[in-house]
Amino acid sequence: MDSALIPEGVKRCSFGKFILWIVIVGAVLLWGVVAMLLCWFKGLNQTNMNDAYGFALWIWADLAVIALGGGAFFTGLLRYVMGKDELKNIINYAVLIGFICYSSALLILGMDVGQPLRSWFIFWHANVHSMLTEVAFCLSCYFAVLTIEYIPLILENRQIDRVPFFHNLSHNMHGIMAIFAATGAFLSFFHQGSLGGTPAVLFGRPFSFREGVLIWPWTFFLFTWSAAACGPCFTILVTWITEKITRKKLVKQNVIMLLAKIAGWMLATYTVAKIIDTWYWATVTAPARGFNFMDFYSNNPLYGPWILVLEIVICGVIPSIILITKTGRKSSFLLISAVLLAVLGACVNRWVMVLQVMAVPVLTFESWFMYFPSWQEIATTILPVAYGIILIMISYRYLPIFPQEQEIEEEKNASIFV
Amino acid sequence: MKEEHKHVKTKKYGMVIDLDKCTGCGSCMVACMSENNVPFKKDETNKLDSITWLRIYKLTNGKKFPETDICYIPRPCMQCEGEHGHAPCVSVCPATATDYNHETGIVSQIYTRCFGCRYCMAACPYHARYFNWWDPVWPDGMEKSLSPNVSPRMRGVVEKCSFCFHRYQLAKNKAYAQGRRELKEDEYQTACTQACPAGAITFGDLNNHNHAVYKLAKPDNKHGGRPRNPNAFRLLEKLGTNPKVYYLSTREWVRRAGDNYIKDEGKLEHH
Repeated sequence: MDSALIPEGVKRCSFGKFILWIVIVGAVLLWGVVAMLLCWFKGLNQTNMNDAYGFALWIWADLAVIALGGGAFFTGLLRYVMGKDELKNIINYAVLIGFICYSSALLILGMDVGQPLRSWFIFWHANVHSMLTEVAFCLSCYFAVLTIEYIPLILENRQIDRVPFFHNLSHNMHGIMAIFAATGAFLSFFHQGSLGGTPAVLFGRPFSFREGVLIWPWTFFLFTWSAAACGPCFTILVTWITEKITRKKLVKQNVIMLLAKIAGWMLATYTVAKIIDTWYWATVTAPARGFNFMDFYSNNPLYGPWILVLEIVICGVIPSIILITKTGRKSSFLLISAVLLAVLGACVNRWVMVLQVMAVPVLTFESWFMYFPSWQEIATTILPVAYGIILIMISYRYLPIFPQEQEIEEEKNASIFV
Repeated sequence: MKEEHKHVKTKKYGMVIDLDKCTGCGSCMVACMSENNVPFKKDETNKLDSITWLRIYKLTNGKKFPETDICYIPRPCMQCEGEHGHAPCVSVCPATATDYNHETGIVSQIYTRCFGCRYCMAACPYHARYFNWWDPVWPDGMEKSLSPNVSPRMRGVVEKCSFCFHRYQLAKNKAYAQGRRELKEDEYQTACTQACPAGAITFGDLNNHNHAVYKLAKPDNKHGGRPRNPNAFRLLEKLGTNPKVYYLSTREWVRRAGDNYIKDEGKLEHH
């Protein structure tokens, strides 16, 4: 039915099956949309946030998807600026994942603010001292860059490409993509960093407060670093999931290996830096404000030292070791376990830097604040996941996302023939 | 006029609350809500989403009878100065909807500019900032008794204690009309100060050596306003928020409850 739109030389499932899955995922999306409309029309009283938990699940989701979407800027930097040519075979997918992550972040932010129609005030009445101001400017600009990077891919659709104007536009956009990749890396460095600075500049919150260099707290660099490490891991993970669902190899293993190796070294160095940061914070920064290390990890029903072990050891040290060793990378099980742990680590780190910050009591006569999101918060957080799946389904079906797909398919057929 | 303006001294309005006098009666809270059109819900049992610009905390020394002791701590906005006006909440607001007024030392909140990101609430260690989770709903007829000097806030914005800033503006207007540029100590007083039946709250200019607040707290302005009165303390002094609300107590356990201490730190300190 839609075969004229499908890229040449590749096989896709039947149109009926495709639509069935769109409807199933679309139902989840619709659930999220209902919750979103409730929040917009009835207000944030639909959430379980409160005056102690002004930052909650949504801010965590924002920070997490932006970190995981970091695969786009870092892979782009490696491919276009550092000349890692093999990565051209995964850059399209990295861009698509980045586009989904960043558009999701903007959507969640649109729900999270109490007066969404005033969101433009952040640009109009910008406070140059605020980390969120920098985040808003860089995030918006980088989303524009990602859109520019995604457009040539849409133009490569078989039918659109037949129009000479679009064909030439796509060709020319590809020609100057290095400029956008470099711009994207520049912008990402700042907004990833500013997101790291967002909790760290809160000098009234000893759990998240960090010292730093000039106006940048150490987490400014740590967040950028971890996004560069865990973003590519997320790209590898989503590629693997896509391969499992489509039941075919889409990207050659040498490409995955290269990206995994680079991500591994980024993760290993990040983990060392994170350990140093945690050590300094626990022994110098927090005690200077009257807090013992265990004050942050005791007398509450959830947050214990286990979360630090999970984040740094299980999701930092272990995947680093796997990814930087050839043996680790060669084992499919170990490789996927490592990227999964790295992704989980980034999510745990963002969780801790948002939700645990709110939970820790600062006044001596207050106790821990615990929170569980409302169904509206959960549905609106799942909404971008459903949206992402649908966009991936449509892009995979109609756009040449994976340049090696046809070649891999031909090689496979040839080997069967032999 | 310009010459005259030059001679207007910079103020640092602050508060001293004597915790040994406070009975926890809540008059200050009621006065504050009434004065500032603070909205309320039908059911106020969940204190985590109700608005109390001034909130009273109850503290105990944790000892058994007959050594049990209780203290009530009224907590308005601390009007932090931080370093050079970089209060924890002011520096983080992305839309400049909250500002540190260097003429008065009061941290403002511009309700019509706030877009409800709540970053300021995350920044405030005193939980002195409140979000309007609902639109205000007043019982029938109550609209007529609202203060015309304070704008009610809409759903989706943050609000907080302003040291009854509208009273400052009214007092300034009156003084200007009388050809004066300086306010007398009693011309600008907050609603909570006037409502306290025990006289536990004192309000005035911490820069003015003749004002009672200065005499009570004896702030050392060369060292971030730290009190020189051994019985005076500020909440979370170590964080560097530089608040303008001072507390007085002759009881050491009360003073110690004002800040966090690492194991065994400062236990030998006796004022």
